[in-house]
Amino acid sequence: MSRSAILPNRGLADRLSALFWRHPRVLLLLLITPPLLWLGVVYLGSLGALLLQSFYSIDEFSGVVVEEFTLKTYGELFRAANMDIILRTLTMSASVTLASAVIGFPVAYFAARFARGRWKAVFYLGIMLPLWSSYLVKVYAWKLILAKEGIITWAADSVGLGFLLDAVLALPGVGGNSLSTSFIGTWIVFVYVWLPYMILPMQASLERVPVSMLEASSDLGATLGQTFRTVILPLAMPGVIAGSIFTFSLTMGDYIIPQIVGTSARFIGQAVYQLQGTAGNIPLAAAFAVVPILIMLVYLSLAKRGGAFDAL
Amino acid sequence: MKSIRLMGNTAVAVAMAVTPALAQVASLGSPEGQVSIVAWPGYIERGETMAEFDWVTKFEEATGCQVVIKTANTSDEMVALMNEGGFDLVTASGDASLRLVAGKRVQPVNIDLIPSWTNVDERLKNAPWHTVDGVHYGVPYQWGPNVLMYNTEVFGDTPPTSWSVVFEEQTLPDGSSNVGRVQAYDGPIHIADAAQYLMAHRPELGITSPYELNADQYAAALDLLRAQRKLVGRYWHDAFIQMDDFKNEGVVASGSWPFQVGLLKAEGFPVSSVIPEEGSTGWADTTMMHVDAPHPTCSYLWMEHTLSSNLQADLSVWFGANPVVLSACTDGSGMQTAEGCTANGLDDFEKIKFWTTPVSQCESQGECVPYYRWVSDYIGVIGGR
Repeated sequence: MSRSAILPNRGLADRLSALFWRHPRVLLLLLITPPLLWLGVVYLGSLGALLLQSFYSIDEFSGVVVEEFTLKTYGELFRAANMDIILRTLTMSASVTLASAVIGFPVAYFAARFARGRWKAVFYLGIMLPLWSSYLVKVYAWKLILAKEGIITWAADSVGLGFLLDAVLALPGVGGNSLSTSFIGTWIVFVYVWLPYMILPMQASLERVPVSMLEASSDLGATLGQTFRTVILPLAMPGVIAGSIFTFSLTMGDYIIPQIVGTSARFIGQAVYQLQGTAGNIPLAAAFAVVPILIMLVYLSLAKRGGAFDAL
Repeated sequence: MKSIRLMGNTAVAVAMAVTPALAQVASLGSPEGQVSIVAWPGYIERGETMAEFDWVTKFEEATGCQVVIKTANTSDEMVALMNEGGFDLVTASGDASLRLVAGKRVQPVNIDLIPSWTNVDERLKNAPWHTVDGVHYGVPYQWGPNVLMYNTEVFGDTPPTSWSVVFEEQTLPDGSSNVGRVQAYDGPIHIADAAQYLMAHRPELGITSPYELNADQYAAALDLLRAQRKLVGRYWHDAFIQMDDFKNEGVVASGSWPFQVGLLKAEGFPVSSVIPEEGSTGWADTTMMHVDAPHPTCSYLWMEHTLSSNLQADLSVWFGANPVVLSACTDGSGMQTAEGCTANGLDDFEKIKFWTTPVSQCESQGECVPYYRWVSDYIGVIGGR
């Protein structure tokens, strides 16, 4: 009497897992294909299409896009009005980044060094909370806060500091009729909205600065300032640079804040939106869109040299 | 790449050869069960925003044609969608309609199949933005002026009579300067408002249409706008932000739409509007039909439906616009009244220069500055150049 083996029939899942076990590369390929396709086709594909468009030009007379290779469109970027936009955006990005770093550093330092237990949670909540509400709601709220008849003007007037506000608004170039219609206002809102993206990486890198080094520094007779300049700042720098990548690039690409708060003078994002959306001048819009990409490439290579990616 | 384009061109050429030019529907068949329309937001309401504003449900019940709406935010978007195809109708403004006709994306409309055509406002029946060489490429849908909105507390008994309050520095009736207290539209089409102002105040420039400007006229308009930049704190882009600026930003006068005026008045805010002596610009929209409309019968039924005085009345109340069927103002078929129509500018038709796309080959003087230049130069003006 013979009996067949009592191994059960193997199901599909079994066979599949056996296949993966025997050929690990198949599994890897299966897992990596969708994100690669996403990155390659959707992301790089659209970037490529954009780049291609920027080498076309618009016909002066009919306004039709001429699909022939030319650098004329890039040349247009150097027209005064367009250079204004690029420089305006760059200045704003740089000043927002600088302000975020200056404001964010003490906050991050406190959170990394002194906040413990419950305070740590409060800190995280405090930083993250603004990120939970809608971006648009925050910007509209700021528009009201900064308005001519808003709370800041009111508060300044009631404590007799209205003259100070007027003096700030009278500053040439950045001032305006009210905070909400001036570059200062745009800048304030940008700093508010992007600040968390600066604080979080800074805090992460500050936490990694060993306390023993600070102790060694003071043992060797360094003053607080020396310790800060020669020990803390260099060690925390990768975090600052990582944060600045966020604030810089986010400011550079934004087209909603300057539309709601500010003087209506265009930033790169708005120019792209308008040239593409209402003017049908896709080549110039594409050329404009390439500008932040180039700036960010330069910025990232500098950041890499500064060691920003070691902290990630 | 090149061969692909060649193939594309050939396909287009073949398609054009087999499609008889100027084909129009000769008679209606039975409804196809659907009609798809590209429309401005808020233009075709089925009671979902506010229950009492509904001009779709009844049509669907009566004809069995399901209305599918695709909203578009700019004229360029509309043109792009119509170029893509697959839609039956579009509510095209004057700065899109002729482009659609020129691009052969819309077909002539057989007005004999639209009984209500006879009710259309005589001033609109042959309007140049939908009638080309005597052929009608659509039925008028609605129109409205860009008005001068002002704060009644500031202007008191002397409402502004000229656009100069937003173009030239001056002292307003309340004793303060207008610097920082006026606004302008942040679209390049605002250059036409400046040109219209110059038509009245600098006749030596010889501007005959604010949308057809030669280099000199255009430069003069830009100069005027550069001076305006010094008066304007922020340009308005979004109707609701403009309303907020009137409330919180101390803005007291600006070009605007009846829509904002109506809403602010309804909130009890002290504003009113005029069409100043120079006249004003405005928009006039037309329902146009795609050359390859998949549902021609339902399309014709919808066009007939849009001319019913009930729809025209409710739409004009909803949008702060003017009906193209005059009886809609008076016959009480909808919510509109004679006073409402007057407030929306019905009697000022002659004063209004309707939006059209500036093109380089213009009628009045051979060569004009085309729209894409308007866009880039206006960006410069707003940026302080």
